[in-house]
Amino acid sequence: MAEAVIDVRGLVKTFGQQRALDGLDLSVRLGEVHGFLGPNGAGKSTTIRVLLGLLRKDAGEVTLFGGDPWRDAAPLHRRLAYVPGDVNLWPNLTGGEVIDLLGRLRGGLDQARRGALLERFELDPTKKGRSYSKGNRQKVALVAALASDVELLVLDEPTSGLDPLMESVFRDCIDDFRADGHTVLLSSHILAEVERLCDRVSIIRAGRCVESGSLAELRHLTRTSIAADLDTVPDGLAELPGVHDVEVDGRRVHLEVDTTKLDGLLDALQTGGVRSLLSQPPTLEDLFLRHYGDRIDPAEEVLAK
Amino acid sequence: MTGTVELLRAFVRRDRWLYLWWGIAVALLYVSQAWSVDGLYTTQAEFDKAAAGMESNAALIAMTGPARALNTTGGQVTWQAAAFGVICAGLMSMLVVGRHTRAEEESGRDELLRAAPVGRYAPMTAALLDAMIANIVLGVLVGGSLVAYGLAVADSVALGVGLIFSGWFFAGVALVTMQLTTSTRAAYGLTGAVIGIAYVLRAIGDVSAPALSWLSPIGWYQAMHAFSGLRWWPAVLPAAGAVVVVAVARSVFDRRDFGSGVLPARPGPGRAGAGLTSGFGLAWRLQRPAFAGWAFGLLLCGVSFGSLGDDVTDIVGDSSYSHDVILQGSSNVVDGFYATLIVMLALLAGGFAISSALRPHTEEDAGRVESLLTTALPRSTWLGGHVAVTGLGTIVVLALTGLGLGASYAVVTGDTGALLRLSVPLLTFTPAVLTLSGLARLLHGAAPRASALAWLGLALSAVVLFFGDVLNLPPWIQDASPFEHLALMPLQDFRLTPFLVLCGVAVAFSAAGQVAFRRRDIA
Repeated sequence: MAEAVIDVRGLVKTFGQQRALDGLDLSVRLGEVHGFLGPNGAGKSTTIRVLLGLLRKDAGEVTLFGGDPWRDAAPLHRRLAYVPGDVNLWPNLTGGEVIDLLGRLRGGLDQARRGALLERFELDPTKKGRSYSKGNRQKVALVAALASDVELLVLDEPTSGLDPLMESVFRDCIDDFRADGHTVLLSSHILAEVERLCDRVSIIRAGRCVESGSLAELRHLTRTSIAADLDTVPDGLAELPGVHDVEVDGRRVHLEVDTTKLDGLLDALQTGGVRSLLSQPPTLEDLFLRHYGDRIDPAEEVLAK
Repeated sequence: MTGTVELLRAFVRRDRWLYLWWGIAVALLYVSQAWSVDGLYTTQAEFDKAAAGMESNAALIAMTGPARALNTTGGQVTWQAAAFGVICAGLMSMLVVGRHTRAEEESGRDELLRAAPVGRYAPMTAALLDAMIANIVLGVLVGGSLVAYGLAVADSVALGVGLIFSGWFFAGVALVTMQLTTSTRAAYGLTGAVIGIAYVLRAIGDVSAPALSWLSPIGWYQAMHAFSGLRWWPAVLPAAGAVVVVAVARSVFDRRDFGSGVLPARPGPGRAGAGLTSGFGLAWRLQRPAFAGWAFGLLLCGVSFGSLGDDVTDIVGDSSYSHDVILQGSSNVVDGFYATLIVMLALLAGGFAISSALRPHTEEDAGRVESLLTTALPRSTWLGGHVAVTGLGTIVVLALTGLGLGASYAVVTGDTGALLRLSVPLLTFTPAVLTLSGLARLLHGAAPRASALAWLGLALSAVVLFFGDVLNLPPWIQDASPFEHLALMPLQDFRLTPFLVLCGVAVAFSAAGQVAFRRRDIA
């Protein structure tokens, strides 16, 4: 197994009565883009703020580059760059000044890359902080982060406010960053972005990690939907292990099957003579909805509060 | 104009406390003059003597206004309060107009409103009416409180009415500047400059060129000659002026796009200068404008008080309040007066020190700290930069105030030794001022939500200074003010022990606050 850049075990953080993180585990390996998924209030930003040494953990183990993010905050920060979801700039400093300031404080800025990024993101560095729109403030923070010489990017919903063109520029930048062997922790709601960018994903809910692994691994945990035209519909499809929601319409069959039980179903379908077959693997959205959709167990809801 | 009434109702609801506090403060500004004049002079002969001293002092006239009937309570009220009253009314009008026009436009809230069935002119009309109501509240409170105090009714009412019209005029000016710039802050700057020019024009006019005073709205108000041969017609000038500036504002509004201004937003440097590399560099850059404002303001205070020279003998009067509080029980009037004045100026510098010490809290609140603290900048260095600005800034502000005071006193009296005699004492209050900012630092570190309580330290020190003996406050309350422990130079000799002890207290507060900050969560 590759070296873990971020390793979190059993992390607990409480704010007064509220338990924001409740035994969270998270492992991000060197050289991967790790998606960090969860709805608002699940604890994504809290986790990131503990990782950055802004908040102090109440219990659990947290290591960043093998060090303690609270105690060794400043030296560790030399190796990473952070882009918050809500970028607040100083109203009387220009974007260019902020980029230089943050880069210098991180320990160095690649001037050529800075210029290239300003051009790619179409950002005017001479405007004052107060006159930037939300998307442009986000670009200031992204350029500052991407132009710095760092090994890890921590991004908290970095594309909120960016238009689709800029989102695609952002994705290219992340690909380049990974190609250099660097690591990214990407917290996001935008499932298409995570699916496109991430090697592995952690899904959290109510302060705990409920699912973690590569997208391929996670897909095994959920169902594939199948639509088939058959010569004859075999009996007992609905009784096969792992098969759900069977709908038969003449010779046409719609059903859902647990991805691990796909084999048995295909054997059964073949006996009926398959004319056409449409198989749709689960999307990240299905994965996400499986954890957050209509299946929320009321008892668990109460516990989460 | 659709929606004007609804908007106005909402604005008044949002602003009603603002009106009231401004009104009470400005009314106090007027009435306290009457109160202090009546407290200072026990006999008319004494009052006449003081008035003669004031009339011949050009510096005082430049500060306040034309000297008329200064040996009467009403004359003194008009003289001392009128110029500052208009400045207050102008600032209030500016804030009321600004927060409902450009500030709303800048934040994007106005856009939401304008998408509703609201007329194009409705928001600015409602904001203007709101400011007009605010000034009426102000004027009624001022006029009413002077009548209640027992001054002549017609003249008291005139002071109120003139103030209302002057406020309306500056509300119109603010409405124009809000159309000119894209940022509310810049528009406040422009309006402030107009108010400042009005003040300076009448200062020059009152001292040497009376025609210039007629170019100033403050001069118009003072030309009503309240309590010294009242005449009403000059009140027409600010009222007519208000109509003109509002018409200008409307025509500028018609010519500009939503969200834009007439003056282009200036671009800044595309790259950071060499100064912006450290925690200190950033702290200095962020605090520089506030520092410059405080330093300049206090320097001016020092210069204007120093220009009183030795005339203070007559001004101070002979009542028991002036003996106990202003002269600290001393019979050396000049030294006693300046000793108290120096503590007062040091207290004002406390305003800079506290607001500077609270700046990191503002930064944290605005969410601008996390991007800094996720770089290799350690928390201690970030905060240390602000601590250094507060510490050095306080020393410089005190030194400048003292230099202004000593230099202008030396120029007026020809006593060059006064330069050091009056400027050094301000610096000896450095540990007391830094104790106040240390308290602010401690609160920010240990209990960030209670940070604003730091201002109580300043309030307590001021109450103890001015009313400690008068109100017979218990000794432990008086001892809580750090200013009470230091020697009142030049009246008393410098005492080293309390100076060093307070230095220790200030450092301990600040250090404890910095340690607490390093150990807590960032908001």
